[in-house]
Amino acid sequence: MRSVEIIVNGVERRAQVEPRMLLVQFLREVTGLTGTHIGCETSLCGACTVLLDGHAVKSCTVLAVQADGHAVTTIEALAAQGLHPLQESFWEEHALQCGFCTPGMIMCANDLLARNAAPSDAEIREGISGNLCRCTGYQNIVSAVRSASRKKTRRSAAAAGKE
Amino acid sequence: MATRSKPNGKAAPGRGSGAAVADGKWSGQRFKRKEDPRLIQGISHYVGDLRLPDLLHCVFVRSPHANARIVSVDVEAARTAPGVVMVVTHSEVAGIGCVPCAGTLPGLKIPNHYVLAKDQVRYVGEPVAAIVAESPYAARDAADLVNIEYETLPAVVDLEKALASPAALVHDQFKTNLAFTHVITAGDVAAAFKRADRVVKQRLVNQRLAPIAMETRGVVAQYLPGEKQLTVWSSTQIPHLLRTQISVMLGLPETSVRVIAPEVGGGFGSKLNVYGEEAVVPWLAMKLGKPVKWIETRRENIAATIHGRDQINDVELALKKDGTILGMRTRVLADLGAYHQLLTPIIATLTGLMSTGCYKIPAIEFEVLGVFTNKMSTDAYRGAGRPEATYLIERIIDVAARELNMDTAEIRRRNFPRPTEFPFSASTGVTYDSGNYQRSLKQALELSGYEKLRARQKAGWKQGKYYGIGLSTYVEICAMGPSAAMPAGGWESGTVRIEPTGKVTALTGASPHGQGQETTFAQMIADLLGITPDDVNVIHGDTAIVPYGIGTFGSRGTAVGGTALFIATEKLVKKMAAIAAHLLGAKPEQMEFHDGRVGAKGNKKSLAFGEVVGAAYSAKSLPAGIEPGLEATHFFEPSNFTFPFGAHVISCEVDVETGEIKFDKYVAVDDCGNVINPMLVEGQVHGGIVQGMAQALYEEVIYNSDGQLVTGTLMDYALPRAPDIPDLTLSRTCTPSPVNPMGVKGVGEAGTIGCTPAVVNAVCDALTPFGVRHIDMPLKPERVWRAVHDAHSKPGHETSATAKSAAAASKSTKKPGRRA
Ligand code: FES
Ligand code: FES
Repeated sequence: MRSVEIIVNGVERRAQVEPRMLLVQFLREVTGLTGTHIGCETSLCGACTVLLDGHAVKSCTVLAVQADGHAVTTIEALAAQGLHPLQESFWEEHALQCGFCTPGMIMCANDLLARNAAPSDAEIREGISGNLCRCTGYQNIVSAVRSASRKKTRRSAAAAGKE
Repeated sequence: MATRSKPNGKAAPGRGSGAAVADGKWSGQRFKRKEDPRLIQGISHYVGDLRLPDLLHCVFVRSPHANARIVSVDVEAARTAPGVVMVVTHSEVAGIGCVPCAGTLPGLKIPNHYVLAKDQVRYVGEPVAAIVAESPYAARDAADLVNIEYETLPAVVDLEKALASPAALVHDQFKTNLAFTHVITAGDVAAAFKRADRVVKQRLVNQRLAPIAMETRGVVAQYLPGEKQLTVWSSTQIPHLLRTQISVMLGLPETSVRVIAPEVGGGFGSKLNVYGEEAVVPWLAMKLGKPVKWIETRRENIAATIHGRDQINDVELALKKDGTILGMRTRVLADLGAYHQLLTPIIATLTGLMSTGCYKIPAIEFEVLGVFTNKMSTDAYRGAGRPEATYLIERIIDVAARELNMDTAEIRRRNFPRPTEFPFSASTGVTYDSGNYQRSLKQALELSGYEKLRARQKAGWKQGKYYGIGLSTYVEICAMGPSAAMPAGGWESGTVRIEPTGKVTALTGASPHGQGQETTFAQMIADLLGITPDDVNVIHGDTAIVPYGIGTFGSRGTAVGGTALFIATEKLVKKMAAIAAHLLGAKPEQMEFHDGRVGAKGNKKSLAFGEVVGAAYSAKSLPAGIEPGLEATHFFEPSNFTFPFGAHVISCEVDVETGEIKFDKYVAVDDCGNVINPMLVEGQVHGGIVQGMAQALYEEVIYNSDGQLVTGTLMDYALPRAPDIPDLTLSRTCTPSPVNPMGVKGVGEAGTIGCTPAVVNAVCDALTPFGVRHIDMPLKPERVWRAVHDAHSKPGHETSATAKSAAAASKSTKKPGRRA
């Protein structure tokens, strides 16, 4: 057993964990935040995507002990001040059906938009290519990410205008 | 809460039949889904998210062999491992009933399908032992300590070899691997073939696929001995049928069992089933007096959740010179796997029912041979039997067009029944409810710029560019369906209760897993009651709350489940109208429900919706013969299936040097009758098309000659990813169904059914100059590349000069392309 301290959505979570415990298990079992899903546990589906120090990672690829001392953001934190633009856009564009891939997809898209504020459709498709969705056929997910990127740009322009 | 999002500016093409949904205020709108806020915030619960006190964890030990005798099982080390509370094998759970098979056919051989293997294992992944421990890690560790000695036996893998004798047997007691033969005949087939100017033959393979819902299966069970109450949470499409089967398998009264399908992360047919794990986990929970959870790993999901398709179709078509089809002969070998799951034997019979597609084919002979092999069972996967049927007819008709030197659109048109011929009796014995195949094909051809595409193709050949245009016109059998044709009955239940607060609760037996029925049903009910969808709460997936229902599969959610709710709501409308008329001193038939008010047409006097509801519950002044309360239930029995149809057109370019396929246009025109929420319909079509395209291009479950599963992870089983998929252009026509009051048909499987043959037709079309007649799916670049080269090297084959030089050039240059 190893003791770890991980800041999850701004809250410090301490626990004794087995060294082999995956970060996704830590999030789901120890912190009880089950919005991060497991679709494969082998880094192939992206359902478990979270932000680790602001960068998207598949949390089944990271051991809890590796995240010791780091900050993790999960889907549960996005709607702190009303829905996140990505959440709004996923809703408006019908970018989810069963919703199982959705938290991972949104976290991945979040990272994509942080790196590239106005991605082309091809860049969006490439950017989410590590996340599988079996329901939507991706087209509406691409539209949602595109629309969220526009929304964010408009909002920051509006914010800049006010200053 | 946002309510009405972007209203749909223009009506869908051809809409406006006069059916109720088409005139709705909410129906027909792109209304945002009511289920989404919880899903996009990650705060809803799938089975894996359930947390119960004292929860124990179960892991299954599964067979590594395709066929082997179990010599001995030693579980002692596992039993004493840290954290382990119980280990069971067949002998402990021998009292649990077998996994049920609901598909009955005359002469069908049904082997005992034990929940844990007895004496012999018959496919890789068959469960042999179950371990319960305090943590999933402890259970997994202990699984490694179970020592099973096997004596391996020859595996039956190849379908054709399985039927040849002497072959190894999957089930010795039957002395054959043939589980059943099913034949459909109509008309004089021999005469049709004799009369034919041309007979076209083609062998087509529908490879085995894995459904791969993103949420794997999972079961949590809890037993309260005081209340004698077993609660089973399962990721299932059929909670009520599952409850009945668990009761039978465990010998419990059905009232003691409650099944809850919480949020279900996709099913596509794979969760339309009753699996052994769904009985073993509850049994363990009862024995241990503590809740037990099992969550399937992805590896287990690919090995031990049902597979789809897996048919070899030999098709022959008898035609006149002008393309008129006179007759069809089809022989299907259907790989059933080692055991039957719930519907295993009947999937291929659905292929038979739909094998004539959109065409008038007066004489047919359709024979299915169901064959046991040492593999996981095949069962319902998106489209279930109809994608196979559509593939076989749409491929053979393209091959025929080529041989007759006809345009592929023209040969189709020539054999469609006319719109005035509906209801149309297909020779397979089903009656297509309504259709206008000419219209959907015309629209698809126009939208895709078909003539231009053909012109570009011709010009392309001169420059060594190989463009292909693929058509597919399809009709599918939906809204499963009339009870006479369904193993468990095909009706659906719907209960609508208007609560004293004026809010509406709708209970549906259709248990969705991503289709958005909480929204569409609310839209439809809101229209009938003159309220908003936000006032309607749709509940499903809990057998303790919802009256007995059948479930969601076969595109039946709206057409059957929705209709049950529609009629139940109409009963309440009638009752409320009587009460309102009584209060207003008017006639019930004058009452209209609008904008939260109930009142007489053209009369200013009206009552708030809530006032009428209040009157129904306070019951102080009700008209004679009217009971208090506002609740109605309807069990809807459809009089026929519905038959959605459509046309897909794809254009692509094939790189003959690498075998890679580049799509540049995808047009799908689907007709699913009236539409409640176009946004959701489009979503279903998108998802369906991509699954269909993936069958054409990448997906394939592969067992090697020993029966080992070689595509057992997502690393080896290629699922489509976002960059692989072209933009899809969707459109609709609308031919309402006459068999339900809303005129709806169902659309969940349409994309998958229409897409696959269109893709293969497009690629083969592109390779016409090389004389490539057919390539079996999946069309991996290597296969396409080989087809080009093999066709070219055939003696006596004619190719254009440019094609020859292209092939010659490609021989010396690049290696076949690979999909990353
Ligand atoms: S669960 Fe982590 S990538 Fe699939
Ligand atoms: S919405 Fe179901 S997997 Fe993406």
